[in-house]
Amino acid sequence: MRGLEFLVFLLLPLAVLGVWVVYPILATVVLSFTTSSGFSLGSHIAVVTERSPLKALIYPEPGPYPPWGALIHNALWIAIGLPLVVFLGVVLAYLLREAYGSGAVRSVIFLGMVLPGVVSGLTIRFMFDADIGIFPKLFSLLGIQELAKTWTIYPQTALLALILGSVWLWLGFSVTIFSAGLDAIPKSTIEAAIIDGASPVQIFFKVILPQLKPVTLVVTLMTIMWILKIFDIVYVATGGGPGGSSTVLALIMYTYFASALEYHKAAAVATILALLTLIPAGLYIKSVLAGEK
Amino acid sequence: MRRTVSARRVLVSTALLVFAALWALPFIGLVVTSLKPYSEVILHGWWSMGGTYSLKNYIEALQSPFYNLMAGFRNSFIVATASTFIPVLLASLLAYSLSYLDFKGKTTLFVSILFMMSVPQQMVVIPLYMLYAKIGLLDKLLGLILLHSAWGVPWITFFMRNYLKMIPSSLVESARVDGASETTILMRILIPVITPAVIAASAIQFTWVWGDFFYAMVFLASPDNWVITQRIALLKGEYHIDWGLLSAGAILALIPPLVIYTAFRKYYVRGFAGWALKG
Repeated sequence: MRGLEFLVFLLLPLAVLGVWVVYPILATVVLSFTTSSGFSLGSHIAVVTERSPLKALIYPEPGPYPPWGALIHNALWIAIGLPLVVFLGVVLAYLLREAYGSGAVRSVIFLGMVLPGVVSGLTIRFMFDADIGIFPKLFSLLGIQELAKTWTIYPQTALLALILGSVWLWLGFSVTIFSAGLDAIPKSTIEAAIIDGASPVQIFFKVILPQLKPVTLVVTLMTIMWILKIFDIVYVATGGGPGGSSTVLALIMYTYFASALEYHKAAAVATILALLTLIPAGLYIKSVLAGEK
Repeated sequence: MRRTVSARRVLVSTALLVFAALWALPFIGLVVTSLKPYSEVILHGWWSMGGTYSLKNYIEALQSPFYNLMAGFRNSFIVATASTFIPVLLASLLAYSLSYLDFKGKTTLFVSILFMMSVPQQMVVIPLYMLYAKIGLLDKLLGLILLHSAWGVPWITFFMRNYLKMIPSSLVESARVDGASETTILMRILIPVITPAVIAASAIQFTWVWGDFFYAMVFLASPDNWVITQRIALLKGEYHIDWGLLSAGAILALIPPLVIYTAFRKYYVRGFAGWALKG
């Protein structure tokens, strides 16, 4: 192959990636492990043991409700959000296959994927607003006064509002991927089950779900990665508040970076976040490479 | 088979439509609120569909020199358009290299690209902030464009490569036998075939860059350079929220990605599936 083309086709994109992706990633890692006097674990130790609820990754004096620390909040987000996203996604994708007007339903569900994060955050704030939001109104009608207020400004409910809002946003991803997965299932396996007299529910659990395993893995890993990195909607809807009760890792990183100008600590939080992301990312890459063969 | 399940089908469809209506409620609420005086919304709620409708909130949001949404729109358009063209071009080259060129370390490169796809944005901003401060790219749209462009390359490369894999390699081989250069093969033969992939990648990349808030907040300090997402965040205010104004601004900011999604819906949705699943 000719030299000039090699240069343009391969080296040009790689140079761009080198300067704007590879170099800053490595530099962030280095920054997180150094101080002015050389190698140090100080920044990592400092951010992990930080006690202020606004910056804590794990809050040392947890009460019955948040703040529990950004790391715990992210974990809780995964624990509540992920099952909802997967369950609703697979059920809806299955039901949509045979439904009339499925295009319109899909478009509505997918809308959340198109919203800019800032608009999403505002919408979450809006739907949980005491005066004009649906959720507080609903609970007010049901007579549950504790939940008939603006969710995003109380520590008991702020994080939960964000988690539920994120399910609203991300469900479109899950439904889309599960639909693609369902389309790839050979019709013959379902027809055979129908001939054998299986009910639709049996078909769903015995024939379809087992074949959706690889797709479920992708949805799970992608959702975990998305939740770990979540920033915009938190920043706009609650700002991590009140009193640090809805902070997340990415927000803590920004707090160190922008408010405190503590670059080493910000780098340490970013590195911790990246390391956590590596777990689902590694599994995802493994599944991609397995599909290559 | 279809005849026997048709009652069930109607039932399922109705249930799904009700679900979709409920799912759309927050969004409908935002639209209605943006079209009414906020005093009315507070008093009667947006769900009481009667009352006055007007574009007053929109006009106010657009005209206010303090919020200056127009400047935000202009900056967002510049950033999102440039940050779509550049990475799509670079990623086409790289995807082509990965698919049809022979060089050492190809698998390593492919795995590295997959890793880059999953790195959090937070992982690159501090060194780039320092670098930009030194070379004068801080608080410049160009700095943000270059970062967005580079950041788009890994996922678009992966996406395009998946698409190229479906094209029979005989197409490229026969062109090579005919003496076509790599540039000719890519531009004249492959790009026309993979146009759907180019559209899908462009549409998704544009939407993502348009929606970005984190990078913009880190790198664009002066209000003149702010993109629309930063403007909308400012619109919220610290304590009192004027939802009329805010919802109008939010809807305005959402229109460009919504138009793109609507126009390229098929490519867009398929693109998402192709991005997450292989091939």
